[in-house]
Amino acid sequence: MNEMTSIQTTLKDWETDQEVRWCPGCGDYAILKAVQRTLPAIGADPANTVFVSGIGCSSRFPYYVESYGFHTLHGRAPAFATGIKLANPELDIWLVTGDGDGMSIGGNHTMHLLRRNLNCQIMLFNNEIYGLTKGQYSPTSRVGTPSPSTPGGSVDRPASPCAFALGSGARFVARGYDISKKLPEVLQAAYEHKGAAFIEIFQNCIVYNKDRFDDFTAKPVADDNQIWLEDGEPLLFAKGTKGLAMDRDACCLKIVDVVDGDWQAAGVTVHDVKNRALAHMLIDLRVAPRFADFPMALGVIYDDPRPTYEEELLGQDAKSREGKDTDLGKLLAKGQTWTVEG
Amino acid sequence: MATSLAESKTPAATPGTAAPEAVVVRFAGDSGDGMQLTGGQFTLSTALAGNDLATFPDFPAEIRAPQGTLFGVSAFQINFGSTDITTAGDAPDVLVAMNPAALKTNVDALKPGGLIIADTGEFSKRNLDKAKYDASPLEDGSLSKWDVLAFDISAMTVEAVKPFELGNKDALRCKNMWTLGLALWMFDRDREPIAQWLRDKFKKNPVLADANIAALNAGHAYGETAELSGPLKKLHLDPTPTQPGLYRTITGAEAVSLGLVAGAKLAGLPMFFGGYPITPASAILHNLVRMKEFGVTTFQAEDEIAAICSAIGASYAGQLGVTSSSGPGLALKTEAMGLAVMTELPLVIVNSQRGGPSTGLPTKTEQSDLYQAVYGRNGDTPLPVVAARSPSDAFECAIEACRIAVQYMTPVILLTDGYIGNAAEPWKVPDPSGFEPFPIKFLESKNGDDQLLPYKRDERGVRPWIKPGTPGLMHRIGGIEKAIDTGDLDYSPSVHQTQTDARKAKVDGVANGIPPQDVCLGNEGGKLAVVGWGSTFGPIHQAVRRARAKGHDVSHIHVRHVWPLPGNLGDLLKSYEKVLVPEMNTGQFKTVLRDQFLVDAKPFNKVSGQPFTIAELESAIEAQLD
Repeated sequence: MNEMTSIQTTLKDWETDQEVRWCPGCGDYAILKAVQRTLPAIGADPANTVFVSGIGCSSRFPYYVESYGFHTLHGRAPAFATGIKLANPELDIWLVTGDGDGMSIGGNHTMHLLRRNLNCQIMLFNNEIYGLTKGQYSPTSRVGTPSPSTPGGSVDRPASPCAFALGSGARFVARGYDISKKLPEVLQAAYEHKGAAFIEIFQNCIVYNKDRFDDFTAKPVADDNQIWLEDGEPLLFAKGTKGLAMDRDACCLKIVDVVDGDWQAAGVTVHDVKNRALAHMLIDLRVAPRFADFPMALGVIYDDPRPTYEEELLGQDAKSREGKDTDLGKLLAKGQTWTVEG
Repeated sequence: MATSLAESKTPAATPGTAAPEAVVVRFAGDSGDGMQLTGGQFTLSTALAGNDLATFPDFPAEIRAPQGTLFGVSAFQINFGSTDITTAGDAPDVLVAMNPAALKTNVDALKPGGLIIADTGEFSKRNLDKAKYDASPLEDGSLSKWDVLAFDISAMTVEAVKPFELGNKDALRCKNMWTLGLALWMFDRDREPIAQWLRDKFKKNPVLADANIAALNAGHAYGETAELSGPLKKLHLDPTPTQPGLYRTITGAEAVSLGLVAGAKLAGLPMFFGGYPITPASAILHNLVRMKEFGVTTFQAEDEIAAICSAIGASYAGQLGVTSSSGPGLALKTEAMGLAVMTELPLVIVNSQRGGPSTGLPTKTEQSDLYQAVYGRNGDTPLPVVAARSPSDAFECAIEACRIAVQYMTPVILLTDGYIGNAAEPWKVPDPSGFEPFPIKFLESKNGDDQLLPYKRDERGVRPWIKPGTPGLMHRIGGIEKAIDTGDLDYSPSVHQTQTDARKAKVDGVANGIPPQDVCLGNEGGKLAVVGWGSTFGPIHQAVRRARAKGHDVSHIHVRHVWPLPGNLGDLLKSYEKVLVPEMNTGQFKTVLRDQFLVDAKPFNKVSGQPFTIAELESAIEAQLD
């Protein structure tokens, strides 16, 4: 986020005149709407907002938001964002990337952006597939994913974007999914976090990986297979009938039944967004095979701000400039000189 | 630098005879012996004595190569004199060899009759073995065509610093200052500036400063005594007649850094420098880090790609984005250069060329990235290329690269090389008030009929620069082909044709804003033109000068604007019967000239990691005239 004067806008103000070129029914439409709802809610100024993306379906995003936008190179959006932010820290930067763009070709840049803690929002649309190149398996595809490049099923184990982010030193990690009504809330929380805010957004690629996340996003199973995290609130799901508690012997989370809403009696753990160890455990739920039967942890998993990269770097620069002479002539004549008389 | 041609043509400036116009000294030792430091300080004292000079540091890629080995030898050559000096010299008159390996790897370059100064303290059986000598060359007569002055510098150094009670290892580390002291005596130099430098350098450890100064004085005193009996004679070279003014020494890396700072200032922009460590380009990052007060932001990125992408991001946000690297790094930046061409954003890319391909010769020089600079991108992706000819010329070239980048909204490549980057020469400090500013104007309001047209071109084909943060000018840019004027996504056939043509025409048009090609030595038209670019300027210039002195009809043309080429260059080349293009590659500029002008340009090439010698160019010229 950026501290700036709040501007009154509506969802319409954030729509461009460009024809949206995603496939009909693509989850990206829902994410676009969620973002266009969030921007007025946070009082963002279109002139001061920059959407930066890499390459891939998700990276077409900037063309559809009425703000400044830079559609860059495959995987490199974090590097462009770094230059933009250091050149003008007043700008509010949203980075749009995908599982191929951000975790494969651009994994290195994603890691360094997070570790440096550049103040921006990183939305990683995870559809577990390469869409724009027509359906190859991606670094987040599950083992056994059949695809044009893996007709016999993929054999390599998937990367977990949130675990990657946390391991890279991210100070804000959250999850949502395309059609979730709560997505704007998650985006707003990301915006309010000062520093690099990483949001993994599960996104339905209806052409190459249709309904991949139905096991926890479909209406009939959503309550039982999702857990929405709230700081300071107990880890409850299934309409409050179940909760997550610490299994002290195994040093991991376990599912407990909650009777009559008495979560304390059931020993349910209270969510603490500043607890990094807990964040690691929550990220693994439903993703790691050992916790496959657990609900998917959604919402703000971790949020523990630290000074931002641009504050520290530009602050150090400003300090080093103090009292220094800015006469170019003197700079050119620095060091040992001698005069040749005429 | 070894060449038999030089030896037969130029007599050595034998110490003891009348003072020559110029002298070449090479300091060679183990990479831990501090030869670069010795050379650097000798350079400073030479400059302070008013002699013109050029240097050539030549060091291994290994940081601490095993002691005493042939591949661990580090050398520093300096050519100085009372006339104009434009190269580091062909063959040394004096070789200072701190160990057998240094002698073995350097002695063949020495002129016949030249002087070898060797430290016998290092000529142990073990070191001779490491240098693959069967017997000591100091004793077996194999050095008979040179004068040899061999004595135990190690022991004399240890003796000189005894009062300071250093350990043996630290005491021996003062050897280079002892040697420098002797060299200062030989060329009649003042010791005080070096002593002052030592006091500054060892501010926190005054004992080391005193010990080093004692070694320096001891070496100097040895010269006084040895003069009476040995081949050692004192030489005084008069100062070079030169334009009055304030001077300093400058390396290419320093000149590029200062030129970039000056260029950004003339454009009225803050500068953003994105870099990644690479030899020999890192020095530019190190220099700029210390120039923050001039509106410089530096960013050490995670890789070469991020370095250029961050610089493009900064340019997009309204600063002057700059990145720098060497050949392999430039290859990694290629895709991003294409994006800068496509989005039409200003950017300066400095390439300190080194020997390639791949890792190649990291610490040696070459000019083999010309194709990469001019042609090396996917698609039709033209961008201007400027090449510096010497350390001081790199200053002006850096300003020129900044000017073209912001005036034409284009990435520009500035080519230097390992030789220019590390070499030093005296530089007449320019007065910044004489520089012509080229201030930038950002678009502040809509430039169409109530519409923003981010890709509307002016009469030179240049689009406006629009900073994010400007109210009412929100728009999107990217690497996909874009509609005329609006810049909206559009890859219809006629649009791509029109935009490709427009991008090419814009870059071609840069030629209209540069000076016409001149002949830097000789005549317009004639028998032979020797055409060069980059750091071959010095040896070509001297070789042409010598050939002309012999009465040959030969001229020197030096091209700074490698792309687009000056408009008159084709006609100029056609006014000569023959065109010779010496390059430190296998003939890249030759190919460009042939392609652009259909001239029968003949190549003369060298890729040994060493600069051309004047003598080898002289014979190449004579071969063309036979």
